[in-house]
Amino acid sequence: MSEMNHNSKSKLHGIWALTNRELKKWYKEPVLFLLTMIQPILWMGLLGKSMNISALIPTNIPGLDSKALMQETFGTSDYFSFMAVGMVGMTALFTTMFSGMSVVWDRRLGFLNKVLSTPVSRAVIIFSKVLSATLRSMFQTGVIIIIAVAFGLQFGANFNPLNILGVFAIMFLLCVGLSSLFIALTIRSTRMETPMAVMNLINLPMMFASNAFYPAKLMPDWLQSVVNVNPLSYTNDAVRQLLIVNTVDYTKLALDFAYVGIFAVIVATIGIVLSWRFLSK
Amino acid sequence: MSDDVIAAEGLTKVFNKHLMAVDHVNFSVKQGEIFGFLGPNGAGKTTTINMLITVLKPTGGKASVLGFDIAKQDYDVRNVIGVVPQEYTADEDLTGMENVLLCADLYGIPRDVSKERAMDLLKLVELTDFKDKKVQTYSGGMRRRLELACGLINRPKVLFLDEPTLGLDVQTRTASWDYIRKLKKEYGMTLFMTTHYLEEADALCDRVAIIDHGKIVVVGTPEELKHGLGGDIITLRIKEDADVSELIRTVEHVKDVKNEDGSYRIKAEYGEVTAPFVIEALRRKGYTVTKLSLTEPTLNEVYLEYTGKSMRDAEESREANFSRRITMRRARGG
Repeated sequence: MSEMNHNSKSKLHGIWALTNRELKKWYKEPVLFLLTMIQPILWMGLLGKSMNISALIPTNIPGLDSKALMQETFGTSDYFSFMAVGMVGMTALFTTMFSGMSVVWDRRLGFLNKVLSTPVSRAVIIFSKVLSATLRSMFQTGVIIIIAVAFGLQFGANFNPLNILGVFAIMFLLCVGLSSLFIALTIRSTRMETPMAVMNLINLPMMFASNAFYPAKLMPDWLQSVVNVNPLSYTNDAVRQLLIVNTVDYTKLALDFAYVGIFAVIVATIGIVLSWRFLSK
Repeated sequence: MSDDVIAAEGLTKVFNKHLMAVDHVNFSVKQGEIFGFLGPNGAGKTTTINMLITVLKPTGGKASVLGFDIAKQDYDVRNVIGVVPQEYTADEDLTGMENVLLCADLYGIPRDVSKERAMDLLKLVELTDFKDKKVQTYSGGMRRRLELACGLINRPKVLFLDEPTLGLDVQTRTASWDYIRKLKKEYGMTLFMTTHYLEEADALCDRVAIIDHGKIVVVGTPEELKHGLGGDIITLRIKEDADVSELIRTVEHVKDVKNEDGSYRIKAEYGEVTAPFVIEALRRKGYTVTKLSLTEPTLNEVYLEYTGKSMRDAEESREANFSRRITMRRARGG
């Protein structure tokens, strides 16, 4: 047992091994897998179908076109389609949050120290966390869209199947940003309670102070200003443009991508720099 | 320094600017020896090992492993060392084989090579029959052996073992020692280990450093340390309520006497010959010996001598406590 081990390894070696370790826990555990899928189904089924907003608008008043009113407010005549898209963003929020918690577990169980003593680069340790959370979220995005279609999601008039690729692209950007944010928040923690509390504090406002359930333009001004900096709002808007809106506003779509892209780059950079510095202490 | 596998000079780690975890320690480990850090929990053993395996950066001083500076050439150090942590780091949801292969991936070992090595290593630690079982079905001893196999996957020249038998029962612990001895004997590997089990340090280590409050108090082979105490220990009690230390001191071959609450700890050469003379001397002055025991020195006596107290645990962080509890629970197969 003596020959040296400087195999031809790249700077990124180990990234797939670590990513797959996270993913395996999920896809090898059918119960957990199912549970993570049930949550968005429940939200969609219960909230999306119970809040039957289009039924609120009376159809028998002359001169009031309920379809046009819905179209004007939500961009689609079907509220369920509107909120199903919000569900995609919300699921990403929760999945990336739990990936942050896995850092704390790795530290407490000694796995993090073990990996730190191997020649795996510090950056790879963090990348693999971000990557596994992102891959999980993107998979869930796909499943949610399929389920939403089964529940009656109505595609826009100009929907093209290739638009789905655009949805995955913007979800990728959002998830990279969010998971970097949550990992940066948890990397220093040795206990579960504090990051859990901080994340809950961030998550609920991020979810409700966005256009996930309700269009921003009907909110009070102060709330709108919050919604307008929330990257989730831009993601939701982009996904709606790509899936359910009849006439796509390309300028807005480009703006959505630019905003979420910049968010991802900035937060990922901050998160990775912070984590890196902490891991090399 | 050239033939030292590990060399540390003034190695220091300070946490939160004032907690001195490791305080200017100096030591060197020679090729092919088992070097042990012995001390209570919280004495700075794990912090030292974490610096040597480049997980923690030292606050001061320097150290090298196989000639590589742990602070400046940390990447090179990581390539040539193997680590068996105190905790059970294997993934419970994966099989033994999958865990070893995961470790191989972390070293960038190609799959065809790593499969063959994993098979060899699982055979070495006698887990071949269980390689496709999930780790959650393993006993404490099996988990330890799996950690050992993972730590050897990159064919390290130096293996670091942090409390290798923590929480194991006596039989399993003794069996684990055999695996560790095998590594030294058959592969000429250098091993650095920490332990708070005195008998483990005595049974396994070629040389031992006793560490207390972050400082090394003495280094030597277990034999040297025990011999250095200057003989055997006679412990006795007398019926009367008087201090007879001075009287005992006059007996030939008695080197030192300590009165600990009426129990006398007498350090003497040739204890079995000296003890009757001590009894005789006391009886002549009218004292009655009620209890007497004779012990050849163990590392416990050495420890007592150098730190002035029995081995007990220092205060620990919440985090260290938590991980130790989990390790103990898993060791018991929970």
